[in-house]
Amino acid sequence: MNKARRNPFNTVAMHGALILYTLIALFPVFVILINSFKSRRAIFREPLALPNADSFSMIGYETVMKQGDFFLYFQNSMIVTVASLSFILLFGAMAAYALSEYQFKGNLIMGLYLALGIMIPIRIGTVAILEMMVATGLVNTLWALILVYTAQGLPLAVFILSEFMRQVSDDLKNAGRIDGLSEYTIFFRLVLPLVRPAMATVAVFNMIPIWNDLWFPLILAPAEETKTLTLGSQVFIGQFVTDWNAVLSALSMAILPVLILYVIFSRQLIRGITSGAVK
Amino acid sequence: MTALTLNNVNKSFGNVHVLKDITLEVEEGEFVVFVGPSGCGKSTLLRVIAGLEDASSGDIHIGGQQVNLVPPSKRGIAMVFQSYALYPHLSVRGNMTLALKQEKQPKSMIEERVATASRMLNLEPYLDRYPSELSGGQRQRVAIGRAIVREPKLFLFDEPLSNLDAALRMNTRIEIANLHRALDASMIYVTHDQTEAMTLADKIVVLRDGRVEQIGSPMELYNNPANQFVAGFLGSPSMNFLPEGLLQDGGQSTIGIRPEDLFLSDDGPLTAHVSHVEKLGGDTNVIAKVHDHDVTARLFGQHAIAEGQDLRLGFDPDRAYRFDPDGQRLR
Repeated sequence: MNKARRNPFNTVAMHGALILYTLIALFPVFVILINSFKSRRAIFREPLALPNADSFSMIGYETVMKQGDFFLYFQNSMIVTVASLSFILLFGAMAAYALSEYQFKGNLIMGLYLALGIMIPIRIGTVAILEMMVATGLVNTLWALILVYTAQGLPLAVFILSEFMRQVSDDLKNAGRIDGLSEYTIFFRLVLPLVRPAMATVAVFNMIPIWNDLWFPLILAPAEETKTLTLGSQVFIGQFVTDWNAVLSALSMAILPVLILYVIFSRQLIRGITSGAVK
Repeated sequence: MTALTLNNVNKSFGNVHVLKDITLEVEEGEFVVFVGPSGCGKSTLLRVIAGLEDASSGDIHIGGQQVNLVPPSKRGIAMVFQSYALYPHLSVRGNMTLALKQEKQPKSMIEERVATASRMLNLEPYLDRYPSELSGGQRQRVAIGRAIVREPKLFLFDEPLSNLDAALRMNTRIEIANLHRALDASMIYVTHDQTEAMTLADKIVVLRDGRVEQIGSPMELYNNPANQFVAGFLGSPSMNFLPEGLLQDGGQSTIGIRPEDLFLSDDGPLTAHVSHVEKLGGDTNVIAKVHDHDVTARLFGQHAIAEGQDLRLGFDPDRAYRFDPDGQRLR
């Protein structure tokens, strides 16, 4: 351990800074959570007070449950997020592996082409995308969202994953080849487990924007049966009247699945199993 | 029968010509060491034999069968890598059985081979552990075990000892030698360490810049090097080279003298100014300057020689080697 880490003052300062940051980051979440359990009046009277016997109210959650099909929205968001993430990770990893492992003509050009998407925001193409979706009859289906999000996530995924795949030991892949594993087995059984931390990073980076996105659901899938959670919550925000109880309750419930997915992916970040493979 | 025959094998990466007309034979049961400085193409040659790289031209025969177009897993070879390359998600047993399972061998046969190999390598207590729970030496033994269970026609070792510390390296070297005796299999071993080459090999192939410099038994190469490169590469400390002009006027060739052939002699032909002394107990290495040329003398026993001292060194002309300006041996 180095000297800076042993020094008690440094330890205190380090933990102090981290704790302070945690509090700042958690504060808005905390405010949303406590206010979702208060009556409308109590929210405005004392926004920072904890709900007590007097101000406690489940009215927000009741409204959310009654109005609109909240569970359907929930399910839609979940399907879109999980499906898009799976496609991004699967195709991104495959493309990255091909680019980093195999020498073929146009390898570099292909890599640049795939990375180009990082620099161009996909929303610029919204009109063209909408026209395409109309032409293919995908408007108001979850597939429209899944395809767009997959396209949106792939460039960064390919870029990050190909960097990591270059670091996977050649000896390991060659050992697999000598042992008679097919290229697919080498990819799925040897390489993917070793780049799991990078996969988790890509997943976390992509998950939040997809879950929170309002733009594409509003344009491509605004129908009642394909509404996502973010779009569904918008019904409580009006131009003149906003049902804050309902908005806060909907947001509180929307946090939960993201939290669960995050926990799943961040566990993958632990490198334990990969150490000791080579050297 | 020959275990391996290479016929005019060439390999280029783009414009870089890495292997140049390699022709050699490995007999059944022979232990052959490829040795050379880094970048000489010895690892590439091993990869070409394994089928991990395609040869640009030339024929490769393993066990009498041409294998140029045969994939690595069907060539009847097994390879041990420098970095061990164990599968991190499989236990020691899983690592050793994977190839046989891929070949769909019967379970009883797999069990038996794993039992034999683990007994040979003292791996029995570790069969259910994962690679991350093993020490470097144990991992290396697992990598060797993974090769043994396949009972290949040809073992390929790619610098297997260079990640081990000195003491372990010596033990594992002896283990590999014992293994070769026990299995009686043909083995090819790549190293840049000439001690490993000298101690293990039946036959050494010295490579430089993708070309075979000389092939022969360790003592043949040591006693009878074909050129200045081989002479300088084998032997530790390495051979001293002095221009012939120092000893007699008008000489154009280079004289090579092994450090152990130099001795202290009051009327010796070489006047040396000592720049460094290494006292090893058993012998003493004296590094000295002879007219701007560094010369190492290996003297048996312990000597009271100090830095800055002037010495006279002698040698037996019959034990000296002569090389022409191109580095070829003159006889």
